[in-house]
Amino acid sequence: MSELMPVILALTILISGVAGAAVLTWFERRLLGVWQDRYGPNRLGPLGIGQVVADMIKLLFKDDWIPPFSDRVVFIFAPTAIVVAMMMGFAVVPFAPGMMIIDVNIGLLFFLGMTSLAVYSVLLGGLASNNKYALLGGLRSAAQMVSYEVFMGLSLMGVVMMTGSFSLVDIVEAQTEVWFCFTQILGLIVFVIAGIAESHRLPFDLPEAEHELTAGFHTEYGGMKFAMFMLGEYLGLMLISCMIVTLFFGGWHGPMFIGDWLPPFFWFSFKTFIVICFFVLLRAAIPRPRYDQLMSLGWKVMLPITLVNILITGAALLWIEGVA
Amino acid sequence: MLEIVFFYIAATVALIATVMAMTRANAIHALIYLIVSLLAVAVIFFLIGAPFAAALEIVIYAGAIMVLFVFVIMMLNLGEKGDKQERQWLKPGIWAGPAILSVILLVELLIVIGDVNGPVSVSAVSAKEVGLSLFGPYVLAVEIAAMLLLAGLVGSFHLGRRYLERDHIEKGSSQ
Repeated sequence: MSELMPVILALTILISGVAGAAVLTWFERRLLGVWQDRYGPNRLGPLGIGQVVADMIKLLFKDDWIPPFSDRVVFIFAPTAIVVAMMMGFAVVPFAPGMMIIDVNIGLLFFLGMTSLAVYSVLLGGLASNNKYALLGGLRSAAQMVSYEVFMGLSLMGVVMMTGSFSLVDIVEAQTEVWFCFTQILGLIVFVIAGIAESHRLPFDLPEAEHELTAGFHTEYGGMKFAMFMLGEYLGLMLISCMIVTLFFGGWHGPMFIGDWLPPFFWFSFKTFIVICFFVLLRAAIPRPRYDQLMSLGWKVMLPITLVNILITGAALLWIEGVA
Repeated sequence: MLEIVFFYIAATVALIATVMAMTRANAIHALIYLIVSLLAVAVIFFLIGAPFAAALEIVIYAGAIMVLFVFVIMMLNLGEKGDKQERQWLKPGIWAGPAILSVILLVELLIVIGDVNGPVSVSAVSAKEVGLSLFGPYVLAVEIAAMLLLAGLVGSFHLGRRYLERDHIEKGSSQ
């Protein structure tokens, strides 16, 4: 049974990931409606949840058109890359004690590697479309993601220094007493901002900014291929939320003053849900910055913050070691 | 036993992908094959007990450096014309020189491997060991590499800045 556990879990994640992403499209629009004082999709089924089915049917039956001027093979390959990479990222997420697919000692690096591979989807999609707007979107995403990957990795170094391990299980267990969101507040801020930029969601969706690039890298995509891009984006959102909970909000541990009397998986999914809601709120509240503002924010603000964070964490660790 | 099977699968993928990367006329297709080859090499690193090196291979080579390569190809936007030129360059005659040199290297490699008995590495190398050796015996190499990178950074900043300043002057005169 214990040998079958990873296989069953992998299948569960595959199915619930796809279904979750579909439901999330509806949930996000309803939540945006609440915050922007309007309804959102509320016609089909209870609370409008039938909208998910309607959208799926529409996307499935759309003409699957491949532009004759595009690079055919790369055009078809591009949308799959983001879905595969994001799904692979879930392999190292510890949902509860013993409830994860693989517990490798380089879990954190594996996650960073998978998010960096997801860039190719946007890049190759934009390039293969052979369209000016798509190319511009691809170029922007390349620069944006390569830059923000740097801060994303560096912002986690404080957590790794305090734990002394890249293993995500070790990181969660190191937060039994105090969550890292208190001791690594600078790391958390940078990681959240870099996480939004990596999953290129609003307010950092410059690669597909519709008022200047029509739809950016997926201008030429329609039907199921477009749905794959959307699936990848929502999987990325879920993955980033899972990682924020794992790295900074104690993973499967309950809050200190309540304790661990509810099952660990409940705490993990509850906290992930809160983080997803926070990302939707950001989308509703903050306008999109200009492209050069985004880049200078990265290199002139985020990079110094992460470096200072690493310096402070290292100094504090050495000081504590010296006192003890 | 299973590891040996995985090793040979990954090695075959790496070889085929590398050959394809060299022979494609389209730059983007060649780059995708090169990325696949790097991923296969990462799998091999993982199998011979270097998980840290495997992760870095994916994060740095496949995830960052190759993205910059694709970025440059996008900026150049070669298209059909570039493919044609590349096909002209890839005439059969062009392969003779590199092929002879590679065969010499291959023979040398086979002789060296013939002396080694059993697997090359048996112990897994952790991230801690890599860090300790980087800041221990190899600290000089790390520092030299850092200085080289700094020089590259300053150089590219200087080149980019000159264009920026010229743009400013031109704009100022036209107003």
